[in-house]
Amino acid sequence: MGEHGWRVHVDPTRCIGAGICAGYAPAHFVLVDGLSRPLAERIDPADAVLDAAESCPMEAIVVSDAADDSRIAPGA
Amino acid sequence: MTDTTHATIARPYPFSDPHRLDVDPRYAGLRRDEPLIRVQLPFGEPAWLATRHADVRAVLGDLRFSRAAAVGRDEPRSTPYQREAGILGMDPPEHSRLRRLAAKAFTARRVEELRPRTRELAEDLVAGMIAAGSPADLVSHVATPLPIRVICDLLGVPVSDQDRFHTWSEAIVSTTSLRPEVAQSYIDNLLSYMAGLIAQRRVTPTDDLIGAMVRARDDNADRLTEDEMVRLAAGLLAAGHETTVTQIPNLVYVLLTEPDVWQRLCAEPALVPSAVEELLRFIPLGATAAFARYALEDVELGGVLVRAGEPVLVSIPSANRDESVFPDADRLDLDRKVNPHLAFGHGPHHCIGAQLARMELQVVLETLLARTPGLRLAVPESALTWKSGLLVRGLTALPVTW
Repeated sequence: MGEHGWRVHVDPTRCIGAGICAGYAPAHFVLVDGLSRPLAERIDPADAVLDAAESCPMEAIVVSDAADDSRIAPGA
Repeated sequence: MTDTTHATIARPYPFSDPHRLDVDPRYAGLRRDEPLIRVQLPFGEPAWLATRHADVRAVLGDLRFSRAAAVGRDEPRSTPYQREAGILGMDPPEHSRLRRLAAKAFTARRVEELRPRTRELAEDLVAGMIAAGSPADLVSHVATPLPIRVICDLLGVPVSDQDRFHTWSEAIVSTTSLRPEVAQSYIDNLLSYMAGLIAQRRVTPTDDLIGAMVRARDDNADRLTEDEMVRLAAGLLAAGHETTVTQIPNLVYVLLTEPDVWQRLCAEPALVPSAVEELLRFIPLGATAAFARYALEDVELGGVLVRAGEPVLVSIPSANRDESVFPDADRLDLDRKVNPHLAFGHGPHHCIGAQLARMELQVVLETLLARTPGLRLAVPESALTWKSGLLVRGLTALPVTW
């Protein structure tokens, strides 16, 4: 993982359990009681996680750089 | 677990012709005793049908059930011909590459920005209906024009062309309502119409969604073909109004046949968002099953071993009446606190327009409750006429008085 890793957060108050993220990136998201949860908070960079964050209709998934907390996804 | 793959005879599906918005009582027994059965649609190969909420969600959300693997197969379907499925025929990451192009325009945040304008539209349309005088057809006065104007504004499609593309859009949801060659010509028309709008934007860039898609495509030409973009934009236009146009009258119809619920909403309009969710759960919009997922490997589902290569269909209306998830599931209950209905599907293909549809349904309902609190059917329920030969169930007209 190292210093170039990412941090993944799912806001449970925004998540509607559409399941797009768990479908796009099953290695990174799982639905628990109908709502999404990251399997690990710190991850290696992965395109599927960006796809999930950019496709979430609630923008509930935030991917940031673990080193400096800058936001990687979703974009504006 | 039983291995019944070839031991059981496929039952004809749908089990019955749609009647109003009734849910076939056979689903309750299937969910209890036989959650996965073999079915035969009018055309294509036999398939499994999942009826429980958990199994339906698993099929729609699990990548081991693939849409891309349907290519080249004799897909279970309601039409003699096979349609090109576009984005509905893709799996991630191909699917995500395409969906991301449009997803930003349909987030809850962006949809909220459209709410004030949608309210104005709804106010104008309901005022127009009232001015036309009672009785009036809610379908033509409100339910049809509102979603069309909203999706046109969003995409950047001239509303003045609506007579043309509204006709063509029927092909997207038609099963037997159009002859196959007519359906194909409508789809061709829709695609060439959209290709024309895209070409215009290369000359004169715009800030609408089609303009944004063209820019994104031209900046990343290696990621997206022109044909994919045309099909996606045409699909958004067609799907963006055929479904909501049908659901608005369905919602109003259910409420007018449950006068206590209508009265309660008049008194407590703050309940509208949760009422919309409950109505989405309660109303069986789909008239049949479509878009089978093909198992990429052997998967246990509903106590049955689905073999690699076998297609699985789901019944969303059945999942939405699953008693293990929705207590007293056949009752319309505005007080339902947990409502994980699957009206918009689930997983990668979860409806991209879900937030937009929710907002439109909320706004229309709020406007009708405020402006026409005395709304009621203008004809006996038995005189209402229902569409047929479509993937969706809905009314051809909804005569109301107030």
